[in-house]
Amino acid sequence: MRDALGVPAAVLAAGMLGFGALAFESGLSLALALACTAGIWALPGQIVLIEMYVTGAPGAVTVLAVMLTGARFLPMAVSLMPVLDDPRRRRATVYAAAQLLAMTSWAWTMRRCSDMPRQARLPYFIGFAGACWVVCLVATAAGFYLAGSFPPLLRLGFLFLSPVYFVVLLIGDARTPLAIVALACGAIAGPLSHLVDPQWSVLSAGLIGGTAAYLIQRRVRQRDA
Amino acid sequence: MLELWLLVLACAFGTYVWRGLGVLLSGRIRVDSELFQWVACVAYAMVAGLISRIVLMPGGMLAHTLLLERLAACALALAAYFLSRRNLLVAVGVGVGAIMAMAAWRGTII
Repeated sequence: MRDALGVPAAVLAAGMLGFGALAFESGLSLALALACTAGIWALPGQIVLIEMYVTGAPGAVTVLAVMLTGARFLPMAVSLMPVLDDPRRRRATVYAAAQLLAMTSWAWTMRRCSDMPRQARLPYFIGFAGACWVVCLVATAAGFYLAGSFPPLLRLGFLFLSPVYFVVLLIGDARTPLAIVALACGAIAGPLSHLVDPQWSVLSAGLIGGTAAYLIQRRVRQRDA
Repeated sequence: MLELWLLVLACAFGTYVWRGLGVLLSGRIRVDSELFQWVACVAYAMVAGLISRIVLMPGGMLAHTLLLERLAACALALAAYFLSRRNLLVAVGVGVGAIMAMAAWRGTII
């Protein structure tokens, strides 16, 4: 827990402050905003949900798009389990702990737990991820209230928090060629498909841009091989 | 409102499916397969597409700022990120500060 309550939680909290502000400006109730953070527990999915709700996208399309943003959790969980698993623990505990899995807790646990005794690993993960979760719920509520009580200029700054957070995170941390190509294709496809049809744009931009990126990098791989 | 609650619940469940499946399938599947590469591409492109759309054609209050201002704020944030040795908090602070300073200077939003 002490590991979590430093830079990792502060960074997550900054993102969730922005999400709380976005939820307020989009007309959600505080309870709904908190349910998003607690239940989806993944900022990209939460922002996709709100943006699609605001543009009036059909519910099924929204769920599909949010699910696709969460697909990264499958490989994360697959790679984390051999590290965390302890045959003496009940399976239900492990499945409940899986809800807390997110990018930050995954990266930290993978790094820290390999040199910990096996029985200490799952408690470490739950403590770390649980602390992040609680901090983010508080940050969501804080963003929601601040957005409502701030003067317009500060509200503008808060609304800009989420986009700038992801611009820096996505561009600043794109290390693999696959990620860079996918980012570029998505960044082009997003605005274009929004011009064609706002309601379907998030999903169609992902499918078109992502498939294009996949084909480009496969082509490159085959040429190099 | 009820509809929106159901939507949030469905999205939460849909996201948990991946976490739960990962636990279930751990040790039994290969995660470096072509299918997973494609899914990763789609997820990346979807988030990148949404964010670039928000920066290029925002709705709500952000629409009162100029495209040039938003791009400049993003560029400053990225520069701050690398200058601060990848400190996300510093970068986001610079980006948010920049957009507010530019909006205040132009007097669009009081």
